[in-house]
Amino acid sequence: MSQAYSDRGNKDRSVANPKGQGSVIPKGTGKSHASLGGPFLIGESMTGGYGNGPDILHDCTIAVEKGEIAVIVGPNGAGKSTAMKAVFGMLNVRSGHVKLDGEDITGLSPQARVAKGMGFVPQTSNIFTSMTVEENLEMGAFIRRDDFRDTMAQVYDLFPILKDKRNQPAGELSGGQRQQVAVGRALMTQPKVLMLDEPTAGVSPIVMDELFDRIIEVARTGIPILMVEQNARQALEIADKGYVLVQGANAYTGTGKELLANPEVRKSFLGG
Amino acid sequence: MDFLNAIVALANYVLIPGIAYGSQLAIGALGVTLVYGILRFSNFAHGDTMAFGTMIVILLTWWLQSLGINLGPLPTALIALPVGILGCIGMVLLTDRLVYRFYREQKAKPVILVIVSMGVMFIMNGVVRLIIGPDDQSFADGERFIISARDFKNMTGLAEGLGIRTTQVLTVVTAVIVVALLFWFLNKTRAGKSMRAYSDNEDLALLSGINPERVVMLTWIIVAALATIAGTLYGLDKSFKPFTYFQLLLPIFASAVVGGIGNPLGAIAGGFVIAFSEVTITYAWKKVLVYLMPEPLEPSGLVQLMSTDYKFAVSFVILLIVLLFKPTGLFKGQST
Amino acid sequence: MTDTVKNTLLFAVVFGLIITSGFFQGWNSAMFILNMGLISAIMALGVNLQWGFAGLFNVGVMGFVALGGLAAILVGMPATPGAFAAGGPGIILALVLGIATIFSAVFTMKKMAPGRTRSLTITAILIFGFFVFRGFLDPNVELIEGINPAQTGYLGGLNPGTAETYKQNGWIMLFAWPVGGLFAAGAAWLIGKAALGLRSDYLAIATLGIAEIIISILKNEDWLTRGVKNVIGIPRPVPYEIDLQSSAVFVDRAASMGFDPVEGSTILVKLLYAVLFAAVLLVLFWLSHRALNSPWGRMLRAIRDNEVAAEAMGKDVTKRHLQVFILGSAICGIAGAMMTTLDGQLTPGTYQPLRFTFLIWVMVIVGGSGSNLGAILGGFLIWFLWVQVEPIGLFVMNIVTSGMAEDSALRAHLIDSAAQMRLLTMGLIMILVLRFSPRGLIPEK
Repeated sequence: MSQAYSDRGNKDRSVANPKGQGSVIPKGTGKSHASLGGPFLIGESMTGGYGNGPDILHDCTIAVEKGEIAVIVGPNGAGKSTAMKAVFGMLNVRSGHVKLDGEDITGLSPQARVAKGMGFVPQTSNIFTSMTVEENLEMGAFIRRDDFRDTMAQVYDLFPILKDKRNQPAGELSGGQRQQVAVGRALMTQPKVLMLDEPTAGVSPIVMDELFDRIIEVARTGIPILMVEQNARQALEIADKGYVLVQGANAYTGTGKELLANPEVRKSFLGG
Repeated sequence: MDFLNAIVALANYVLIPGIAYGSQLAIGALGVTLVYGILRFSNFAHGDTMAFGTMIVILLTWWLQSLGINLGPLPTALIALPVGILGCIGMVLLTDRLVYRFYREQKAKPVILVIVSMGVMFIMNGVVRLIIGPDDQSFADGERFIISARDFKNMTGLAEGLGIRTTQVLTVVTAVIVVALLFWFLNKTRAGKSMRAYSDNEDLALLSGINPERVVMLTWIIVAALATIAGTLYGLDKSFKPFTYFQLLLPIFASAVVGGIGNPLGAIAGGFVIAFSEVTITYAWKKVLVYLMPEPLEPSGLVQLMSTDYKFAVSFVILLIVLLFKPTGLFKGQST
Repeated sequence: MTDTVKNTLLFAVVFGLIITSGFFQGWNSAMFILNMGLISAIMALGVNLQWGFAGLFNVGVMGFVALGGLAAILVGMPATPGAFAAGGPGIILALVLGIATIFSAVFTMKKMAPGRTRSLTITAILIFGFFVFRGFLDPNVELIEGINPAQTGYLGGLNPGTAETYKQNGWIMLFAWPVGGLFAAGAAWLIGKAALGLRSDYLAIATLGIAEIIISILKNEDWLTRGVKNVIGIPRPVPYEIDLQSSAVFVDRAASMGFDPVEGSTILVKLLYAVLFAAVLLVLFWLSHRALNSPWGRMLRAIRDNEVAAEAMGKDVTKRHLQVFILGSAICGIAGAMMTTLDGQLTPGTYQPLRFTFLIWVMVIVGGSGSNLGAILGGFLIWFLWVQVEPIGLFVMNIVTSGMAEDSALRAHLIDSAAQMRLLTMGLIMILVLRFSPRGLIPEK
């Protein structure tokens, strides 16, 4: 009944850190190979789930072109975040494939995808709370061996508040500022594409608007953005392309404006 | 005059031994706290890791002594210390490779690693006893005192003497250097920052491209160095006995938890809190009080709050008080 | 091969090993291994109840075992004449005052508003109370310890006999065993209340510390335990060898079976102990088996496997944990009392965590966490190895060093160090089992 290396329900924190080890798969297994054509980043007809669990995604396709903002929306439990994690390699894609800039990267680990130029901002625990803002950015640039001071200056230009607070522990910042740190950290690798998992979760509407403005600014610097959003209406307003997922499958796809105008989408997902 | 005598007696029997013992505990607790922060379990084998490193230092010291090599007034063990550290690093890395790594790959729950570390504790304890035997070993040499109690009395004309042993000064100086180096490493270097990042948020550290095996290896290297230094200082100051080192585990754990486990600064503070509590509560205060109290009020007994055999009880009670009133420790640890 | 066959085989192998050792090393030592194996199995049963079924990480087994030992002398030894009259009431008064101090501190903490005044008041109460406690305790302790310190110097126990006759009341030891369980249960209740009730997180360190404290109390409170002067001559629930040897019936019987009276009597005594211990083990095994297959046990395992869900279903997790923690510790206490009875003496200086805490853990892990049969098997097997590693090590070392010169220092060192092989072997066994057979010899079903 109990597994070999289970903790037998043990919660003794003073001997064992109950947070335990991380959940990201640390090792890459496969290789990437050239696969020309198609959009800049695409997860094509992906089917899969976590570990050996049941499939959550069913033949789901998500793509983003250069210079675009693509948004994934949908009801709770539709597999929005799962779709993004599949693109990032955090779950098993049993069929379908992921291509970045003319290269098939389906077999790569998340770490290898970061090295290939994907920036990912998780929904929660997306900053190093005990480290200063500047150290967070430095850690973001960990894989870079060149001089990254220019990139850091660019991040500070994008998020001026971070420059003021650069020597403060990131955990002491407000929710909106933390999200800026998180995005800034991901930008430090100079990614070719940026993926945001619900960047506005849990922040006030005013802060949300400001965050969307910043995201648009990031997009203007030429980085394509793929984003999962709970606030469907605001997100679709700034989106070049939108994906509505229902139960792990594509329900509607179109430009942001088209989806906002689509009466069925409005009725089902945007509250009339 | 009486007041000065009281202060000197206090310094001689409480302050100086407390600072020295506190430094030893602090370095030991730093090792425990680093393992907890990075590898996510309490290392029951830490006391025996200390014993292992110290054992190498002792064997080498004896050999050097037999060759007639010494450092004059300083203990010969200082020459042997770097080799001891290297030996301990080798042992610890080998243990990690043969034992702990497997469980990391399995993503075994942290408490399993604690139990595994109990097995490692048995093995290391056995190895140390096998090689050097279970008995007390003395390896301190060089000048015993920087200033002996008698010299101090002659110099100052006070009734109380203040003896400062070489090993005590050595302990404090080494501790300051070690702590400064460690904090410089953790806060200023890329590798040190990657260790802090990994301890803070493992998933994000992995996403940032930090190599977990490298961080773990670095941690073990630092922990082995800290353990050997702490063990050698303790052995020089008191004496070396495998069982005593195993028993040090309790005050060391107490120091780490009191300070906030996972927090290096807390480990140092915790070390001194525990050391001073132990020394003050088990010290016979009569010697100090006779100078301070007027004649009729002078205490008749020893004014010892508890017998020295209860020093474990002291660490434990302090631990319990901190856990009840400030469960995260004096400095915020990872146990929130 | 079914489980039953496999388990029977495993037990057969272990008992086969013990019997084999009887042929080579004499039946006395084999019986000693068997008796201590029975006691170890009981301890392992207690730890398995806590770890295997509730996931409670208790590393203070030594403390509970020692409390059992304390019960053995407090019940089994005769009262020291005049000791209670001299200092008993004073000590009781001091203890009452000490407890009152703690209660008033707790009361103050609950009643007063948090802040500096409260902290100061509590500190003042504790310091004042401590000095009052010591003020009453110390003189009375001196009085008691002053009574014939070479022989007694302690309160003694409840045995109705006198210093000459108490050994006739050996039956009283059978009552000492459950009392040992009660002592351990009481301590477990205190620890559990502090460590399980507030936050369930600090049990491990709390138990590690409390075990050391219990040992220091046993070592230092001479008025209670004679401290490191040890209490010897604890009565036995079985006959004395000397009496058997002077009984004509026994000598005849032994002779007819081919034993000389001395050997026969020692074996018979150990055999009687074995019967008693086996009875206790069987009762405890049956009880824990029944308990764990009852709704209570199923709930326990449900909590272990998913605490959050169990809590959401309205199960009182803390209360269950406290119950199982007390029960497991009580079992260790019973075993501790039995062990002190078997030894016939209480020697506080010999309690070591490696032997009494961590070795029990090796037994549980090797036997199979969560399996009562496994714990019992682990108890026998690991105890057998613990005893036999030393002679085997010596044998190996003798072979290894046979080529060396008689006076070689290395040879002397190697032969000396054979005695230290135990810890190394136990560690290796534990690591290997955890790695290659993490569910133990008899896995949980």
